[in-house]
Amino acid sequence: MAQIFHRSANSLANITIAAVILGIGGLLWASYRIDQGSFITEVGIARQQPVPFSHKHHVTDDGIDCRYCHTSVEVSPFAGLPPTETCMSCHSQIWTNAEMLEPVRASYRTGQSIEWTRVYDLPDFVYFNHSIHINKGVGCSTCHGRVDLMPLTYKANTLYMQWCVECHRNPAKYVRPREEVFNMTYQAPGNQMELGRRLVAEYKVQSLTDCVTCHR
Amino acid sequence: MRHRITLLPLILSLAACRQDMHNQPRYKPLAGTGFFGDGRSARPSPEGTVARGELHIDKARYTGKVDGNDVTAFPFPITRADVSRGQQRFNIYCSPCHSRLGDGNGMIVRRGFRQAANYNTDKLRNAPVGHFFDVITNGFGAMPSYASRIPPDDRWRIVAYIRVLQFSQNAKLEDAPPAERQELEAMPVTPSPAPSPTPQKEVSR
Repeated sequence: MAQIFHRSANSLANITIAAVILGIGGLLWASYRIDQGSFITEVGIARQQPVPFSHKHHVTDDGIDCRYCHTSVEVSPFAGLPPTETCMSCHSQIWTNAEMLEPVRASYRTGQSIEWTRVYDLPDFVYFNHSIHINKGVGCSTCHGRVDLMPLTYKANTLYMQWCVECHRNPAKYVRPREEVFNMTYQAPGNQMELGRRLVAEYKVQSLTDCVTCHR
Repeated sequence: MRHRITLLPLILSLAACRQDMHNQPRYKPLAGTGFFGDGRSARPSPEGTVARGELHIDKARYTGKVDGNDVTAFPFPITRADVSRGQQRFNIYCSPCHSRLGDGNGMIVRRGFRQAANYNTDKLRNAPVGHFFDVITNGFGAMPSYASRIPPDDRWRIVAYIRVLQFSQNAKLEDAPPAERQELEAMPVTPSPAPSPTPQKEVSR
């Protein structure tokens, strides 16, 4: 009886097995990279806004504190987005003819809100509260990056769960003294772990990793 | 049947792309909506209603005035913690124009805003505390109202810190405690520097 398979079928089988394993592995790797990449996470990509607002100019050049505009960040879950009135505190007198600021003036004239594009958009099944983080010594720049150096605002971190949990598992790695929370140029000192452990005890920072902490 | 089983992972992976749970039918703060005519999900309070904690009966505390006259005393005792809080709030909301010294030459003024008030004038040194509270609440000249940004008690703490600035900018060597006086006398005389645009360290609360 003649052989059904040619002898090359052996190599063909081996190659196929290898190709399937490598192919599946490659697909998994590619989808992981895409998932972590800025196409999906939007990290590092400046969003189009009705006014090209520069945090760099207002924070670094003018020395305005975060809380001048984000007034509710210390007391509420929402950091607070300034009403047009806040922009007009200064721009009623400065750059009054600037074309760029016409949407702001139009909003002030008509009472229509400026429609900003949200840069940090957590999934709706996640509960997040700014004030507790601020009051436990988590700095603005820890999550939002060097906003004071951003001419246009972009996301500095993925907001993925693994990223949140990284700090929730070991807050001592990231906490800083409360009076440094709004200091955008703060650098973690060499003895961060020692300082962090001391602050965690002093501020009674809990390492909350229960599901219901965020998914409530 | 076998085909259906191999298709299952594919169907599941496609199903994972749906954003139903990410974007639930509820509004985040200040999110836009097509439901109301003005496009706002945050609704203004109906006329004639008083929000919880906003029933301001004590006129002196919430307007800085009694019978149309500025009050001359703080409505609650000012402690060191209040002054520290006042300093912090002053540096956030007032120093952009009034500068950290209160001389009215803050960064925004240097950028072209109308000259802000210098607290170190006889007129403002003698002004009653209620005057400053009223200006923060209702604005003055080119300065807009800060009522929506600074809660009433913080306004009083800022006023207390303005008093500190007025004192410190007009203090004499004899006003300093003896230990610090010696230190000050040993310092070389230099003209006072321009206020630094970089944020200074805050006094911790």
